[in-house]
Amino acid sequence: MWKFTLRRILIMIPQLFVLSVLIFLLAKAMPGDALTGAMQANPNVSPQVLAEQREKLGLNDPAWQQYGRWVGNLVQGDLGKSYVHKIGVADLIGSRLANTFYLGVAILVLTYLISIPLGILSGRYQNSLLDKTITGYTYLSFATPLFIFALLILFVFGFQLGWFPTSGSVDVGIDPGSGSYYANKFYHLILPAIAGALVSTTATIQYLRNEVIDTRLKDFVKTARSKGVPESKVYSKHILRNSLLPIAAFLGYDLTGVLAGNLFIESIFGYPGLGQLFLQSITQRDYSVVTILVMLSGLLALIGTLLSDIILSWVDPRIRIG
Amino acid sequence: MGMRAQTFAPEETIQKSPSSWSILGKELIKDKMAMISLVFLALFLIVIYGSIFFIDQEAVTKVDLTSIKAPPSADHWLGTDRAGSDIFGQVMIGARNSITIAFAITIFAAVIGLSIGLIAGFFGGIVDNIIMRFIDFILVLPFLMLVIVFVTIVPKYNIWSFIFIMTAFLWVGKARLIRAKVLAERELDYVQASKTLGTPNWKIIAFGILPNLSSIVIVNMTLNLAGNIGIETGLSFLGFGLPQSTPSLGTIVSNATDPDILQNYWWMWLPASLLILVLILAINFVGQALKRATDARQRLG
Repeated sequence: MWKFTLRRILIMIPQLFVLSVLIFLLAKAMPGDALTGAMQANPNVSPQVLAEQREKLGLNDPAWQQYGRWVGNLVQGDLGKSYVHKIGVADLIGSRLANTFYLGVAILVLTYLISIPLGILSGRYQNSLLDKTITGYTYLSFATPLFIFALLILFVFGFQLGWFPTSGSVDVGIDPGSGSYYANKFYHLILPAIAGALVSTTATIQYLRNEVIDTRLKDFVKTARSKGVPESKVYSKHILRNSLLPIAAFLGYDLTGVLAGNLFIESIFGYPGLGQLFLQSITQRDYSVVTILVMLSGLLALIGTLLSDIILSWVDPRIRIG
Repeated sequence: MGMRAQTFAPEETIQKSPSSWSILGKELIKDKMAMISLVFLALFLIVIYGSIFFIDQEAVTKVDLTSIKAPPSADHWLGTDRAGSDIFGQVMIGARNSITIAFAITIFAAVIGLSIGLIAGFFGGIVDNIIMRFIDFILVLPFLMLVIVFVTIVPKYNIWSFIFIMTAFLWVGKARLIRAKVLAERELDYVQASKTLGTPNWKIIAFGILPNLSSIVIVNMTLNLAGNIGIETGLSFLGFGLPQSTPSLGTIVSNATDPDILQNYWWMWLPASLLILVLILAINFVGQALKRATDARQRLG
């Protein structure tokens, strides 16, 4: 078990390296460099001074030297500076990170709150009307594009019915730190989280349904039944527990989508998180921010798949071989 | 002798086993939703490609200040937008662009994915190892963000750039699927027999293995087509999809990023949104029916 885990972690090192090279090349391909921002602030700088500055900053060095310096800075926590916001990228991201984190957690929690009961019910009453309804829902949820669904939900519950706020993460003028502040934040979170969760339940529901159908006739379940364990408990305890770890493993994969999936939700619900920051930065050509966000997202994806693979290898020994 | 052979072989066993195509067809006919979807899609394709002759893009996108934000009427079936352009015409053109490009991406990704999957699965060993490490890496990359970055920095961005960028990411899933199937297939007797007989590898791949994968490829391509329409319209909605000169359904939906339009002018975004939804659902229904047909246990009978 530890051998696989160690090997799996070692595989991540070349992946990290290739990811960083790719992002570095992308950053180089983007128009502008570290001096572009300074130039915008002071257009009268002579080309000669600029050339000197370039030389001093090492922008004329061979690419591999620049790459080394770039990675060195990243590791030391120097993420560069935003040309548009005139503050460090790390600070900028820090100011949005919490919102994206809350949204990601809210979507995950809701997804499992919806999909675990539906999956079990669907498998328990296989081929019943209930099962068919749930299966129909998974088809819809699988096929519906997130942005369309989010727009429809915002239109109906935000604008037509007016039940939820239509934009932002918190109302202005509420004292930060107070109880009503957090209540208000939560209130702003509900609609985006529902939109995100309802379209991402398919995999878990279908997996659980198949698991329940496969497991419910197995010996240990029969034993539980013959001992007189009530039927609902057979499902909620014996069968569910058997399938929980693989579901936990999905969590890692979900991590990979947190940033990217939120592009649509954050832009539609005007929610100030990292997804919105990414879209704003790329529209304003604030490339130093874009680079770091892509890097962060790639890093998150690498860690997410690492976690999932390790959890799965604990659950299913067959994966470990080879 | 001939008589006896006949008595020992009842008629069913002499019958040819049904081809994968006829199974696909049968499953489609049995699944009503899939059949309705297929008919709808066929009619819809005829209408939008036929509309090339009736709807002129220049006439549709022309600015008409006398009828800004007009609600649906006999002149403008789905009303007009902020510039007074006809929404119905835009939806027709957008649907045509979105579907054509989704088709193109699906086909390119399938050709590349199929070729690489066949090579990796059939030859195995170090070739397979290298290809799979590469595929695993691309699969963990933040796909949407990278596409957006590429779309922004590619010089002289046009439709082909978009198709190329999307294909560069989307072939990997297909290659992985095909490779897994080929791995199982190449252990079967017919492949081993052909190898023993000295049939060249490319012939075994092209005439032996490939036909056996055709139904899986068709199913996968159908589902991908739906997915690709979703991705393309989504990116166009965000403003990072098709170039300005080629409006997409997603471009029309992006009218809704203005809260005032989202709230008060439903015709500017809702019809296009619902059309995307219906298109994707219909293609998925067909795809799911085909998928069941390829899995004997799940067929409707």
